[in-house]
Amino acid sequence: MTEPKTTSRGRDLLHRPYVWGIAAIVLLLLLNTLKDPGYLAISVHPESGNLVGNVIDILRASVPILMVAVGMALVIATGGIDLSVGSIMAVGGATAMQFLSASDDPSSAGASAAAIGLALLISTALGAVNGILVAFVRLQPFICTLIMMLAGRGIAKVITDGRNTAAESDPLRWIVNGYVFGFPFVFVLAIGIVIAVGLIVRRSALGLMIEAIGINLEASRMAGIRPRGLLLTVYIFSGALAGIAGLFAVGTVMTVDVTQTGYLMELDAILAVVIGGTALYGGKFSLGGAVVGALLIATLDKTVLFLGIPSSASPAFKAVVIIVVCLLQSGHVRRRLRRRRSHEAPPGAVPADETQKQEAVV
Amino acid sequence: MTSTLEPQVDPAVEPPPETWTARLVRKITANPSILPTVAAVALFVGMLIYGETAYGRIVQYSTLSNLLINNAHLIVIAVGLTFVILTGNGGIDLSVGSVIAFSSVAGVMLANAGWNPWVVVGLMIVFGSLFGLLAGVLIQWFDVQPFIATLATMFLARGLASMLSTQPQRLDDDSPIRSLGTRIKIIDGPKVDDLVITPGVILTILVVAAAFFVLHRTRTGRTVYALGGSEQSARLMGLAAARTKLFVYVLSGSLSGLAAVIYTSRLGIGQNITGIGWELLAIAAVVIGGTLLSGGYGYVLGSVIGALVLGLMTVLITRDGSIPPEMTTIITGGVLLLFVLLQRAVTRSRS
Repeated sequence: MTEPKTTSRGRDLLHRPYVWGIAAIVLLLLLNTLKDPGYLAISVHPESGNLVGNVIDILRASVPILMVAVGMALVIATGGIDLSVGSIMAVGGATAMQFLSASDDPSSAGASAAAIGLALLISTALGAVNGILVAFVRLQPFICTLIMMLAGRGIAKVITDGRNTAAESDPLRWIVNGYVFGFPFVFVLAIGIVIAVGLIVRRSALGLMIEAIGINLEASRMAGIRPRGLLLTVYIFSGALAGIAGLFAVGTVMTVDVTQTGYLMELDAILAVVIGGTALYGGKFSLGGAVVGALLIATLDKTVLFLGIPSSASPAFKAVVIIVVCLLQSGHVRRRLRRRRSHEAPPGAVPADETQKQEAVV
Repeated sequence: MTSTLEPQVDPAVEPPPETWTARLVRKITANPSILPTVAAVALFVGMLIYGETAYGRIVQYSTLSNLLINNAHLIVIAVGLTFVILTGNGGIDLSVGSVIAFSSVAGVMLANAGWNPWVVVGLMIVFGSLFGLLAGVLIQWFDVQPFIATLATMFLARGLASMLSTQPQRLDDDSPIRSLGTRIKIIDGPKVDDLVITPGVILTILVVAAAFFVLHRTRTGRTVYALGGSEQSARLMGLAAARTKLFVYVLSGSLSGLAAVIYTSRLGIGQNITGIGWELLAIAAVVIGGTLLSGGYGYVLGSVIGALVLGLMTVLITRDGSIPPEMTTIITGGVLLLFVLLQRAVTRSRS
C-alpha cells in the first residue's frame, strides 16, 4: 500500500474514490450546519464527563454499517455478493436477546458472554451455509444469499416466536452504550475490528488471493490458490461480522425487532462498499473506502432525519446514489469522460481504458 | 387379460396406440429441458392428492378458485420474470415486489384524489414500465449487473412508496377499480362450493396466453431464448439483442404494475410495505416451473404451475395448523434451494 512519492501525489489522492466520499460527508455536515450553526458542536456531559454531540451520534450509528460493510467488501472482492447480512443481523440479535431473556441472571458476565458467543456461533453458521453453497455447490451468490435473506428473517422470527424480545444485561448494554475516556466504546471496538481485519488481509497474501479470485477464479486456481476454501472463509467472515453488527444494533435499545433489525442493511453495506471504490465486478477492495462509505451513510441517515424527511424514504436517496456510482463505474461513461478530457490528445492515441478492454477481449 | 392381449392380435398391420405415459417418456427423452416442468406438474398434482387425503376439501371448486384468485398477482409477476430469467447472463428482476408497492400506493392515492379510475389503472402499469425501463437501460447500456440494477430500482421504488405514504391507503368503497376484484359465480355449487372468477383472474389468464404466444410464436420470443443460449451468438446472428433485452425488463416492470392493479383491486388497500419478499416468491415460482436460472430453457406455463405450487403450499400449511406461520418463508426458501440444486444436478449431467 506504499504510494509512489511523485510530484503528482495530490492528483493520485484525488483519484482515490473515497476522496469523493469524504467530500460528500463534509458537504452533508455543512448542509446541517447551515440549518443549525451549532450542529457540529461537541460538548462534555457535565455529570458523566462523556462527549456528546451530533458527530458522536453519527459515529455511533455508523458502527453496524461498518461491520457489515467490511464483510461485504471482502465478499464483493471475490466477485460475489451477500444479500443476507441484514437478516443475519436479526438472527444474531434475536439469539442473544432470547437467550438473555430466558437466563436466570442475564447481567452476569457468564450469561452475557454465552449470549454473545451463541449469537456469533449461529451467524457464523449461517454464513458458512452461504459459503458452502457458493464455494462447493457453485450456486450464484446472489441467489443463495437471497434465499438466506428471506429464510433468515423467518429463522429470527422462529427464535423469538415472532415477538420482539427484550432483555436486560448490563455487560452487553455497556459494550454498546458505554464510554471509555468519554468516547463511545463501541466505535473504538468497531474500528479495532476493522483494523484487525485490515491487518489480516493486507499484511498477508490473503487480500491479494481474494482479489485474484474476483478477477478470474479459474486462473487463480491454476496459480495455486484454493478458491473454494477462501470463498467459504469470506462468506463465514461476512456472516460473523453481520452477527456482531446485529449485537451492536440490538444492544442500543436491548430489544430485537425481528422485522426491523437489520432491515435493508444489505443496501447500506453495498452502498458503503461501492462508495469506497470497491468495484461491484470484484477483483479489488478497499477497507478504508468501506469505512468512509459507512460514515457517509450514517451521516446521510442522520441528515435525512435532521431535515425532517421521513426515514423510511431514505432508501430512495440511497438507491439514487447507487445508480449514480454504478453509472460512474461503467466503462461507457468513463470512456466518454476520458474522451472529453483527452480532447487535445493526438488522434492516434488510444485511451488507456480502451486498450485494457481490448486486452480483456483477447 | 383380454385387454392386454388385444393389441397383439394384429401387430403387423397397425402399431399399438401410444399410451400417454409412453408419449410423455418420448417427449422427455426428445427434449430433456421439459423434465423440470413435468416434475413441477407432478409436484402440484401430488400436493393436491396429499392435501385432499390428509385435510380434505382441497379438490373442490371454492378452494381451487380461491387458489387462482389469491395468486393471480404472483402468476403475473412470475410470467414477467420468466422472460427476464430466460435471457440469461444473470438476468433477474429483484424489483417486482417494491414496484407493486409503489404502483399500488400511488394508484390508490391518485384514485382517491378523484382521477379517472381507468386512467389510474393505466398509470399504475406505466409506473411499472418506467422502473423496468430504468433497470433495462442501466443493464443494457451501462453494463450494470442485472441484480445490482434491479436491486437499486427495488430500493428506489420502496423508498418512493414510503415517501408517498407510510400508512395503508384504502381505496374508496365505491371506486370502480374495485370492480376488477368482484367475484363472479360461474358454477353455483352446493353450500359455498362455487366456481368463482374475478376480472383480475381473467386478466391473468389473458396475460399468460399472450406471453405464451409471444414467447413461442414470435420473433421476439425466439430472440429471448437465443439470448439465453448465448448472447454473443444471438448478436452475431443479427438478432435485435439490445432491443429485446430492454423489452424483457420493461415487460417485467409493466407486469409488476398490472399485478399491482390486480392485487389492489382485490384487497382495496395499497401500502408501502406490500410485496416484501415477493421477488423471492416470483423467482421460486419460475425456478420450480422449470426455467433454468442460467437462462435459455423454460416455459411460461411452468411458471404458472410454480406459482400455483407455492400458493397451494401456503394453503396446506394453513390447513395443517401445526407449522407456525413464521416458518413459511423458511420453507419457501428451502423449496427454492432444493429446485436450484436440482437444476444444478440436471445441467451438470447434461454437460
